[in-house]
Amino acid sequence: MTPDDIRTRIRAALPDADVSVRDTTGGGDHFDATVVSAAFVGKGPVERHRLVYAALGAAMSGPAAPIHALALTTATPEEYQRK
Amino acid sequence: MTDELRKRIGDTIARGRVMLFMKGNPAMPQCGFSAAVVGILKQTGVPFDSYNILADPDLREGLKEYSSWPTYPQLYVDGKLIGGADIVRDLHAKGELQQILTSQS
Repeated sequence: MTPDDIRTRIRAALPDADVSVRDTTGGGDHFDATVVSAAFVGKGPVERHRLVYAALGAAMSGPAAPIHALALTTATPEEYQRK
Repeated sequence: MTDELRKRIGDTIARGRVMLFMKGNPAMPQCGFSAAVVGILKQTGVPFDSYNILADPDLREGLKEYSSWPTYPQLYVDGKLIGGADIVRDLHAKGELQQILTSQS
């Protein structure tokens, strides 16, 4: 799994998303991602994370999932601007 | 998922008001993310219960499906999923965690 693979999957589900992904260990299984999307407006943190997890589907679930860890930060475009 | 497993998961979540599903136990976490959440919960001083999902493969896989959440740790308060390590850390940094942990639902 590469940061680009992850980015592509997230953007397939959230087309407006601005996604940055970093491979934190260089091993292709631990990642750090920031996702900025209008799809998060009005949603709490659990729902936001679920949207991203759903986009990654089998890559994140099951004992053989290629992604072992994904540290996730989510923001709406407005929240991101305020940072 | 079998009804039996679903019921067992529900019962396990209900074991404590503040319930942490983690890798290992608070004295010896087996994963950095679980250790981080244990550390934050200890800082809040709010008592919590925990469940070592590494010792229970059926529940470990079942709870992911039950909660639509593919990773551990998972923190529940009054039966509701509050989040994993990122969210707990974020709520703590914003000063909102204490209230979530102590408010009565």
